[in-house]
Order: sequence, then structure tokens, then C-alpha cells
Amino acid sequence: MENQQKLIHTFGALAEIGSEIAQKQNFQQMMRTSLHLLLGSLAIMRGGIARFSRFGHELNMIVVRGLGDEFPLSMNLCDEDERQFLTNGSFPIEVAQAKVLPFFQIYDQSFDKKKIELLVPLVVRDEIVGVILLGEKANGAGYSAYDKEIVGAMARHIGVGIAQRNLLAELERRAAENRQLYDNLRMTYQDTVKAFAAAIDCKDKYTEGHSVRVGKYSEIIARELGWGENETEGAAVAGYLHDVGKLTVERNIINSPMRINAKESAELNKHPAVGYEILMPIHHPFADVPLAAKYHHERLDGRGYPDGLIDREIPYIAKIVNLADSFDAMTTDRPYKRRRPANEVVEDLQRNAGRQFSPELVTAFFKGMLKELTGETKEKRFRRLLGRDYMEAEGIVPMLKNALNGLDGTSSLTLISLD
Amino acid sequence: MENNFETGVKSNDAAATVYADDYLNKLSGEKIERECRRRLDAGCKTLTVNFADTHIVNSSGVSILLGVIDAAADAGAKIVFSDVKNETVELFEMLGLTNHVEVVPESWQEVTESYK
Repeated sequence: MENQQKLIHTFGALAEIGSEIAQKQNFQQMMRTSLHLLLGSLAIMRGGIARFSRFGHELNMIVVRGLGDEFPLSMNLCDEDERQFLTNGSFPIEVAQAKVLPFFQIYDQSFDKKKIELLVPLVVRDEIVGVILLGEKANGAGYSAYDKEIVGAMARHIGVGIAQRNLLAELERRAAENRQLYDNLRMTYQDTVKAFAAAIDCKDKYTEGHSVRVGKYSEIIARELGWGENETEGAAVAGYLHDVGKLTVERNIINSPMRINAKESAELNKHPAVGYEILMPIHHPFADVPLAAKYHHERLDGRGYPDGLIDREIPYIAKIVNLADSFDAMTTDRPYKRRRPANEVVEDLQRNAGRQFSPELVTAFFKGMLKELTGETKEKRFRRLLGRDYMEAEGIVPMLKNALNGLDGTSSLTLISLD
Repeated sequence: MENNFETGVKSNDAAATVYADDYLNKLSGEKIERECRRRLDAGCKTLTVNFADTHIVNSSGVSILLGVIDAAADAGAKIVFSDVKNETVELFEMLGLTNHVEVVPESWQEVTESYK
């Protein structure tokens, strides 16, 4: 009868400890409960669980019960201790046997004072993860073979719990390292993109800063469309790199102070396809970047180049870059043309919505401008790029409002005006 | 005499009775342990844990009771487990708790009176 009750009691504890370890709860709490279950299963008066640090080669007490304030919270192990623990595995060692261990000789008095009777190394996958120290049993009897089996079984559960925690900590550390690496890579990528944009712009003395501005306008449009951070960054990158193909175009064509001839024009018009060829082999974090370079001169009405695509055939990112590119061309001085006043530019974009530009994108762009002009946003994105006087030209705000009313409800995918 | 039924405690200066729940596990056990330690710190010399409502004591409960026994010994206080069900008495005997604590069937008043 007593044996049956003992079995029920100890197996109940064993089952509970298994379930405790399986639950992904607070580690400290898990260890506390596990120690209670272990001590209570055999009515052990005192004990503690220590976690092994392989960096410091020390055992650090995680939870203790009845060991008092004077018991060492940290104990150093030497190679011989570690070797012996590994050879022993997760089986209880009686103090009489453990006395040969160098570590035991240092802490002998503490163990003796607290009547520690059993040491249980916690070994998981050939690694020491901790040690359990157990004091005397409440009935005064020594640990029987049966007791040691029970202690060993419960210790293996606790060892797995500590190993899981170690693994999780290692994963968290590696994830943090990976995040750092990723951030560094991303910064390097962004710097490279900006360096490329600067290189492209260097080639053209009249359009200095054009790629950077197109990148920024593309970013504004993406934000106004409600895109997420990643997608918005992708739009900016597409803008920065849209003219990368110009790196292969003769400098005298790009820098010609007058309108270029047909042959030169044909040469210049190759830059979208060349840009695509340059960007395609690169593993961009944003897949559409090469497409933006290739199709940023396409128009909704099919009169663009290189392929004369119409509306739905044009990648969305290319439509964004096309609008940003055209806006910058209109609002900056060119060798053969002065920048156009803001009201004319607004009129032009409105007139060409549905022909060259997607009305949806023109709407987003106008909304971004209007927000800044009416103070709805404190950002000064347009003012910084265009200058305060240019942006605050008289009559722009009502003009934008009217344009937005006119564009309202117009779908970029349905309104194509073919002349 | 203070009667604090909300926290499951009856006490005067020298004696206190703490009432255990129907299932003595880690959660309810820690509550009892806290209360017992509080009473011992306050100078209680006869501490009774009443098990009248307790039907099951699991391993965590046993471990916590051992902690209470230890704390009482450190404080030089007498500890008594009262109104313990037969099955639980058998468990305590089997595990050796009865070597450290007196297990009596009397009610709180009779126990505390006898130690006055």
C-alpha cells in the first residue's frame, strides 16, 4: 500500500515536471517549480539547481531551497570536474564518491554544513548544462537505488529545460547579430545606390542632382500612396538608379547645350535598356528596380519608349519614376530650356494625367504638395527640393485643389486618351 | 485575538493557525508559506497549519511544507499540522515529514490551548 502511494506521488511529480519543462513559460519560474517538484517527490529537505556557464567554467545557482545565505551562489569547475561530470552523465553521485573531485574539495565545508548528500550533473547532448545539489531526506534515510532513479529521471527533464533555454539565448544572440549584419548590409546598399546616383549625375553637368531628386520624388509618391517602409525605400532606390544606363552614353550627347540630332537621340534613348542590363544581374532587395530603369520613359498612351507599352503593360514602379523624372525635368533648368513656373507644371501634369501619367499617381503627388503648402504636414520635402519661393507661388494652392477635384475618381487604368 | 478569515489565518501574539486550501500545490502552498513566514517573523511561537479543507497535497506542496518546517525550526517555533485527512497523514508519514512536525487531529483551539 505504501509502495503504491509512493509510486503515485513520485510519478505524479515526474509527470508534472515533464509538463512544466514542455511549457514555454518564464525560465526562472520553471526552475523554481521544478525544484519544488523534485524536492517534494522524495521529501528532500533542501537543494538547488545551478546552471553551468561554459564561458566562465562556473556553476551559477539559479534556484535554491533551504541552503541559506551563506551557501556559495557561484562555484568554479576545473577541467577534471567537467571531464568527470561528462563521463558520469545525468546520474546522481553520492557525496562520498564526489569527494575526489577538485571542485568538491573547495566547497566541501559548504556542502557539509548544509548536509548535501547527492550531486546530479545535468548533461544534455554531451554538454554539461548544470548540476543539482540535494540535501538529506526528511525521513533521515539515505537515497535508495529507486530514489536515485527518480532523481535521475527528473534531473534529465530539468537538464533539457536548461539546454532549451541556452539554445534560445544562443538563437536570440545570433538573431541580433544577423539583424546587425542585415542593417549594415542595407546601409552599404543604400550608400552604394547613392554613390551610383552621384556618379550618374556627375556625367551631366546640367542636371546635377537629378537622380537624387527623382529618388526623393518617387519616395514622396510612394508615401502618399500609403506604401510601407520597405516598398517606399524600393521606390526611392528605383528613382536613384533610373538613369544608370546614361553611364554608357557619350558625355557630349548628355551635355549638349542644344537640342540633339536624331542619331544622338537614338543613342540617348538606349539608356533605359542599358540601365536594365546593368541592374538586372544585381540582387536588389527590391525586385522592381531594373524594371523602373527600363520603362521609365513609357507613357500610358503608348507613345513612350523603348517598347511603346500602354497603361497596364507598364510596371507600376516605372509609372512612379516616370512622373518623378518628368516633374524634375520641368522644374529644373536645362541647357535649352529654363525651369517652368509651378502653375504651368501643375497644369501640365493635370493635362497629361491619363495620357503620359497615371492619374492616381498625379493625385498622390498633388496631395503631397498640398499637405505641405497648407501646413497639414510639417515636412518640407518639396520646399527643400524646389526652393521656398518656387513652391509658394501665388495661386498654387487653389490650383492644386481644383486639379484634385478634376482628378478625383479617375482611374489610371481606364482613362487612356489616345490622340 | 485577530480573526482574519479572508487570508485564512487566526492568530494571537504567540500562536497562529494558517488554513490550507483544498489542493496544496505550488500556488496555494506559496501563499501559505508567505503567511507562515510572516507570522514567524512577528514572533509566533506556535504555528498550526490546518488541513481541514485539504484533500490533495502534491510534490510542490510537500516541498513548500518542508520549507515552512525549516523556517519554524530556524525561528525556534513549534509547528503543528492539524485536521489532516488520513490519506495525507499516510503521505506525510511515508515521506518522513512526521519526523519534523506534529500531526494532530484536534481543532485549532484545542491545539493552541495545549501549547499555552
